[in-house]
Amino acid sequence: MGFYVAQFLTGWADASGLFMVAVGLTLIFGVMRIVNFAHGSFYMVGAYTAYYLIAWLPSDGVSFWIGVLLAALIVGIIGVIVEMLLLRRLYHAPELFLLMGTFGIILIIQDLSRWLFGAEDLLGPRCPGLDGSVWIMGSLMPQYDLALIVAALLILGAIWMVLNRTRWGVLVRAATEDREMLSALGVNQGRLFTGVFFLGSFLTGLGGALQLPKGGADLLMDLNVIASAFVVVVVGGMGSIPGAYLAALIISELTAFGILVLPQSTLVMMFLVMAVVLVIRPYGLFGKAELAPHEPAGESGAVLKPASVRLKWLGAALVLGIILAPLFAGDFQLVLLIEIAILALASMSLYFMMGPGGMVSFGHAAFFGGGAYAAALMVYHLQTPMELALLLTPLAVGLLALIIGWFCVRLSGVYLAMLTLAFAQICWSIVFQWEEFTGGDDGILSIWPSDWAESRIVFYYLTMVLCTGGILAMRHLLFTPFGYTMRACRDSALRSASIGIYQKRHQWFAFAVAGAFAGLAGGIYVFSKGSVFPDEMAISRSFDFLLMVLLGGVETLSGPIAGAAAFTWLHDQISRFEFWQLVLGCIFIILVVAFPQGIAGFFSSKTERYFSEPTDE
Amino acid sequence: MSKVLKVRNLTKSFGGVCAVDDVSFDLEKGRLLAMIGPNGAGKTTCFNLINGQLKPDRGSIVIMGKQIAGFKPHRVWQLGVGRTFQITATFASMSVLENVQMARLSFHRRTLSIFQKVRNLYVDESMELLKLVGIEKQRDHACGVLAYGDLKRVELAMALANDPRLLLMDEPTAGMGPAERSRLMEQISGIVQTRNIGVLFTEHDMDVVFTHAHRIIVLNHGKLVAEGTPQEVHANAQVQEIYLGAAETARLEKR
Ligand SMILES: Nc1ncnc2c1ncn2[C@@H]1O[C@H](COP(=O)(O)OP(=O)(O)OP(=O)(O)O)[C@@H](O)[C@H]1O
Ligand SMILES: [Mg+2]
Repeated sequence: MGFYVAQFLTGWADASGLFMVAVGLTLIFGVMRIVNFAHGSFYMVGAYTAYYLIAWLPSDGVSFWIGVLLAALIVGIIGVIVEMLLLRRLYHAPELFLLMGTFGIILIIQDLSRWLFGAEDLLGPRCPGLDGSVWIMGSLMPQYDLALIVAALLILGAIWMVLNRTRWGVLVRAATEDREMLSALGVNQGRLFTGVFFLGSFLTGLGGALQLPKGGADLLMDLNVIASAFVVVVVGGMGSIPGAYLAALIISELTAFGILVLPQSTLVMMFLVMAVVLVIRPYGLFGKAELAPHEPAGESGAVLKPASVRLKWLGAALVLGIILAPLFAGDFQLVLLIEIAILALASMSLYFMMGPGGMVSFGHAAFFGGGAYAAALMVYHLQTPMELALLLTPLAVGLLALIIGWFCVRLSGVYLAMLTLAFAQICWSIVFQWEEFTGGDDGILSIWPSDWAESRIVFYYLTMVLCTGGILAMRHLLFTPFGYTMRACRDSALRSASIGIYQKRHQWFAFAVAGAFAGLAGGIYVFSKGSVFPDEMAISRSFDFLLMVLLGGVETLSGPIAGAAAFTWLHDQISRFEFWQLVLGCIFIILVVAFPQGIAGFFSSKTERYFSEPTDE
Repeated sequence: MSKVLKVRNLTKSFGGVCAVDDVSFDLEKGRLLAMIGPNGAGKTTCFNLINGQLKPDRGSIVIMGKQIAGFKPHRVWQLGVGRTFQITATFASMSVLENVQMARLSFHRRTLSIFQKVRNLYVDESMELLKLVGIEKQRDHACGVLAYGDLKRVELAMALANDPRLLLMDEPTAGMGPAERSRLMEQISGIVQTRNIGVLFTEHDMDVVFTHAHRIIVLNHGKLVAEGTPQEVHANAQVQEIYLGAAETARLEKR
């Protein structure tokens, strides 16, 4: 009995930590409808800042708490600066630009933290007076765990007081529930938003600082925590603070007890809970459907035009360049070109579902990595020849995408994106934990091309044929009735339903097609590298693809190719420079502020006249 | 069977508000039935129930002799129902012609085709429809940049693309000037008479309603309060009161 109580309390303490991560995020989303991806970075800054403040302050009983509060305050101020300098410019831009801007912040904070705080993992200071343990019904409980439970309850109570007992809180609630009414009341929206962003960031910083004695601080915190924070927010219902608390509690308790039954379940429990909740309640436990769901990219969607003669010439020149490249390029450049081609195919597949399909995926690595693993497993376990493996891989991954997509297309917007993330995470943990079959963390090694394709140049041509073929095939699809129907469903769900289009089915197929092509890319990738590791399925891989698509711009067909090329090239060039993420982050922010159409979008708007001049064919 | 639409005891509430309350009416082939009523009377909700976008709390809807309980909009469409929206909904990233082609592709059940390009599909048929509603000149304009009145016409062309038996038009002439308004209604009357389509439409312009409708039903607070020919409805004291009352409050609010 005592053991179960202790287990329950441990779960509750974890839940309290999770809640502190998530509460700021849900508050910000509720009022501002912003999905703040940089939230995890603020959390990390909170942890580091508190660590150094506590070390710097004279050590007496209260310095710990002063350090924690000061750190939270500093994070809140950083939040205000970010909101006023960057986010404010993007409120009226399409959602994806906001996403891209916050990605830029993640990258910048990541490198600034490395520079300021060092790359070593820091062990958190103990909390004076709460560093012992107490006996509870025959089990030993750390005092600090109990303190966290109390702290989270205090925070919940304090937020409740602010929202219900102050005029400002009433405005915040009004903004969460009914935005129209707010503008009718004549509220200064800018000031309200800054205030909410401050509070949200403050709470996150506080969460980061408070978990120091348990978890310390390291540079991976930002991405590790953002996934959990999103899961909690989505499960609870975006914008609902009690929902976030309940979700954190359910997830943590299921994890705490699930570990007793099935020790492997810890890595996925959270995502399993999310998948189940979203399938049953598409808007989370306490969430409400948006009354007027905005139709993504409606206004800005450019009319798709067939390639003009000049554009075809440009394409032909590109193909010629690809064919002739081995004459000039050295071995190293060929490797780089192979990688660019593979990533371009993968980003094109993500673009395919994100742009024309209107479905943002945060888990595209499931299909890319899935393809890599499918091919590797076929070769490793069944000695499948490369040719057959490359043929079967897209089919296998297409099937996987059909299964995952069946659940995902029931949702839309951020909820859909989060569900893709959940499934990707489930796939990742299967691959990670099923060691006998997938090699677990050690991956699968020695997956080499067939003899005839072994030479670098032959493999280069093989890759180019497959990748260009895949990209052109997807491009072709966009001009067929199927591609048009995808765009129709994205442009207006209402109208497509009323001309007899079954939206879900088309989205489902689009999802599967995108998955299959990402799988093909993964299949080629594994033969080019010779090995595969679970990292190819990890969240950071999914984010790489998102970065490539966003970098290229979601409004042009050439975007993903330009994005993949630019990303790989930048990665290669500036990764020699220690703080390359900082540079990349700045590029992102400059891009969203200065050229919101992305690289390819920017150039195509400059050159559109030239390339779209009427030509008779 | 000449009834295209049979609505019985239709009821729908949102939270506490009863938006449509026990409404029953019929519509015959080739007839124009106007549904009028002040703002918030429940007209749009009625339309949404009929085309399957909302599920009724109670009541039945029979289209072309078929019960549509539980049908999604795309299934209702298969029975031959075209719809235009109060707030226009078109495909902003496509040209006017492509919008209509899209509707036509759906009609021919080609939305899953992956070989031919859309550019060459059903162009002539779609141009016919554009001519029918009088926007063939704007064929290559993007829908995102079209004037509101023209968007309404695009919607009409799309609604006509599946050779409907029943046309639901929520304020088809909103955003148009008086001259264009009566011209469009004239055209619509012509089209539906020759094609024998039953039309249910709402309209705030009483001139349009009394000139073009064969029958009128009047909603107020979700309830059907009057039904009859234009003359009968015009003479109905309750209707006059509703409209006078509404006009009166509007005038008071303006002060
Ligand atoms: N999705 C919804 N959720 C909650 N209430 C709704 C919803 N749709 C409509 N209502 C309410 O139902 C009532 C009827 O609305 P409806 O849009 O059907 O009126 P209408 O007759 O079309 O008005 P108008 O002439 O302004 O178009 C209104 O009180 C409205 O607020
Ligand atoms: Mg209406």
